Parts: sequence; C-alpha cells; structure tokens
Amino acid sequence: MGERGKDDAMKHRKTNLEPVAEKPESQDPMARPATTSPHKEARLGREVQARIGQQLRAMYNDVVNQGVPQHLADLVRRLSDQDQD
Amino acid sequence: MKLDPVIRDQVLATVPSLRAFAISLCGNIDRADDLVQETLLRALAHIDSFEPGTNMPAWLFTILRNLFRSEYRKRRREVEDAEGRYAETLKSHPEQTGRVEFEEFRTALAKLPADQREALILVGASGFSYDDAAAICGCAVGTIKSRVNRARTRLADLLAIDSVDDFGPDRATRAVLAGGGRN
Repeated sequence: MGERGKDDAMKHRKTNLEPVAEKPESQDPMARPATTSPHKEARLGREVQARIGQQLRAMYNDVVNQGVPQHLADLVRRLSDQDQD
Repeated sequence: MKLDPVIRDQVLATVPSLRAFAISLCGNIDRADDLVQETLLRALAHIDSFEPGTNMPAWLFTILRNLFRSEYRKRRREVEDAEGRYAETLKSHPEQTGRVEFEEFRTALAKLPADQREALILVGASGFSYDDAAAICGCAVGTIKSRVNRARTRLADLLAIDSVDDFGPDRATRAVLAGGGRN
C-alpha cells in the first residue's frame, strides 16, 4: 500500500521541490517539531528587553549607590582648595 | 582663586556615576577607581575649559572616556578578560534579581563589542540623551542609535538561550547552589 501511494504521489508532482512528500517513510525519527512559535518568540523578546533594561540599571545603580569613596572626595576637596590659574 | 563650590559640588555629585561608567569600561573596580582619580585630576586642572551651566556629567564622562581610550586600552587583553569578573568587583548585588541571573547578564554584557556596550550603558543606564552620548563618544547620533540597537539585539539573543524552558530546573539548581555557597 505504501508503494502504490508513493507512486501516485510521484505522478502528481511536477517538480523536485518537495523532498518531504517524496519520501514520507524516511522521516528522521530524531527530528522534533519546533518548540517556539513566532508569537512566543516575540513575547520572549519583549520580556528579555525589559529584563535587559532592568538589569542594566540595577548593575549600574549598584555602583552609584556606593556613593563617593572617601579618597576621591578628599582628592576633589584638596584640589578645589588649591589656587586655580 | 579657589574653585567655585557650586562647580566642586557638581564634580562630586558626578563621581558615583563616573565610577559606574568606569567599571563598565575597565571591568575591574581598582582600575576603574584609578581611572576616575586620573579623570578628576585632569578635569580640575582644566576646569577653566568647562563652561558653567553646561552639562557637567557629559564633560567628565568625555574626559574619562578619552583617558580610557588613550591609555587604558593598551591593556586591552586584560580588559577583554573582564568577562565574569564584574561580580567579584562588587560588594553587593541587586536584590531584585537573582545572583545567577545577574551574573549571566554580566557575562552576556561582557561579550558585546566595546563600542556597543559603551553606547548601551550611556543611554540605558547613565540616562544620557542620544545627543549627549554621541558627544561623549565623538560620533554621530545615528551611530549611537545603531550601536544601542545592536547591543540590545545581541544581548537578547545571548540571554534568550538561557530562557528556554529546558534550562529551568538547571537554573533553579544553580541558584540554590550559588545561594547556599556564599554568605
């Protein structure tokens, strides 16, 4: 039955552009369907972008929140008190 | 004549974000503090070239970036070795995100080309306008926009790999291990 169906299918094909239809019985058992649809990828993209913005600011503000290290504050004050020319 | 206290305070107020930017360039907090110190020395020695009323942060960031590119880039190999070392350089980490996720983000960020990372941080973290960022980097506004877009896209690609559901249990396990292994 398989052979006959295949022959019929071959007769109706006009080009060689349908390799999957040509040999349905040789489908790779290891092949898996795509797990992410374009819609899911778009949503994932927005989530990732939001996370990027959040983490970028978190990383940056982590340093900003440390304030001015004492030695740098001393440096600025010392240089500010010197004569400027 | 001594420096106008208003100007001095503007300089001091910029130091925290100057450090954050320096760390993003150097990837190492000690070298970043050296860079900030050198920037402050240079800036205060040439404070006459700062026009009062203009953007002090942009002026200081420009000096720091030029210093970095002229001197610190000689040690480029070390800079590129910064990947994964961000976390060690910080005393704490943001509470809103998990440590594992945070380190993954830093690793991904370190993989970006330097000019893209710089543009992304100036616009996305420092809060500079595209115009200011372009002035700081000495390039066209369109170039900054393009770099920011490419940086976002690349980061999304890098981070999306770890967002696949299959990685979930592994991520959770690593988070537990990371949390339990540190004080």
